[in-house]
Amino acid sequence: MTDLVVPGYRRDPGGTHPPLASPGYGSTVLRAPHQAPVPLPHTLTEITGPVLGEGRVLPTDSDLTRQHDGEPLGERIIVHGRVLDSDGRAVPDTLVELWQANSAGRYAHARDQHPAPLDPNFTGVGRCLTDSTGRYRFVTIKPGAYPWRNHENAWRATHLHFSLFGRAFVQRLVTQMYFPGDPLFFQDPIYNAVPEAARGRMISSFDLSETEPEWALAYRFDIVLRGREQTPVETS
Amino acid sequence: MSFGLTPSQTVGPFFSHALTWLDGPDVVPESEPGAFWLRGRVFDGAGEPVPDALVESWQASPEGRFDHPDDPRGAVSGFRGYGRSATDDEGRWGIRTVLPGRVPGVDGRLQAPHIDLSVFARGLLDRVVTRVYFAGQPANAEDPVLSALSSDRRETLVAAVAQDGYVFDIRLQGERETVFFSV
Ligand SMILES: [Fe+2]
Repeated sequence: MTDLVVPGYRRDPGGTHPPLASPGYGSTVLRAPHQAPVPLPHTLTEITGPVLGEGRVLPTDSDLTRQHDGEPLGERIIVHGRVLDSDGRAVPDTLVELWQANSAGRYAHARDQHPAPLDPNFTGVGRCLTDSTGRYRFVTIKPGAYPWRNHENAWRATHLHFSLFGRAFVQRLVTQMYFPGDPLFFQDPIYNAVPEAARGRMISSFDLSETEPEWALAYRFDIVLRGREQTPVETS
Repeated sequence: MSFGLTPSQTVGPFFSHALTWLDGPDVVPESEPGAFWLRGRVFDGAGEPVPDALVESWQASPEGRFDHPDDPRGAVSGFRGYGRSATDDEGRWGIRTVLPGRVPGVDGRLQAPHIDLSVFARGLLDRVVTRVYFAGQPANAEDPVLSALSSDRRETLVAAVAQDGYVFDIRLQGERETVFFSV
């Protein structure tokens, strides 16, 4: 049955993800597991994953400024990039989900009590599929910063939430995209929980080439998922 | 050439309006023969329910196959295999599914029926991954993943029989902490 043994994916190198126990982010204290995770072999269950999208994504889902009768308030932006694996290979036809606060820093979520206005023309939820070269593109508005109660005068750095499936269970990723030069980075424990060398990978870059004159500024955010393990080479 | 991996971040508290689908819990339709509910609750280290978690599932079909191009036995079309359920105020989640078939492990030997779960939540900076096994499955005794665990830890991965299916609670931390895997 060795023909059913398939190469797995490379394990994430240290220094990539934030430690689950990051006490500066208060909510981790009772939620981060105490036991070390047990390594799980990459069997067929782990190297496969849901192939979603067919019928689940409408063309209008990627333009968050066109989901209501009127236009949302705020600064219109284009957010685009590629989904790649760590070998630089495109991840095509994969579902990308986006959600965010409105331009006043408020989520259209029942539990968000921040006293900033809701925008009847903005839900802040988008989805799309990457194309055959791994590209995705959203039109949205720039979210506002919002306060939270993690510490004295705490504000989240401005961010968009992203959810990625890749093509395998082991590639699943939920992350946040930040904006260059945000003055709030220094005091945001969610951003700073990521090892310093990797933090910059979450920051989009201003992309003049994709701006639309007299319409919208553009930011580029490439997302890198783990790559396949190489097939072992016989050395003897 | 290696590209640096994008780091994980928490889903935060305000995701359910974005990541909840009407058919999210339907790994299989109601009419599917053998369909049952796999339900559970998510608890934190103080034993309190976690009302802002998202549980996602991934599993083989009853024949042990996947609708996926990387399955070397060939993709079996039409079995979604995937479920998604946000927890409610009491930390409850649930998916409607069927018992997965046995899937070969890395040495080619068949594993016991299992469902992979990802749990996302406010306060989880990265997802945690666990596996659901099913009470009463003779293959549990020879499953390489289960067998490698001590018996008290192994128990946290075995869903109990319930009236309309199985129950699988997830304890993120502390007493009877669920076994979580690094993948
Ligand atoms: Fe947020």
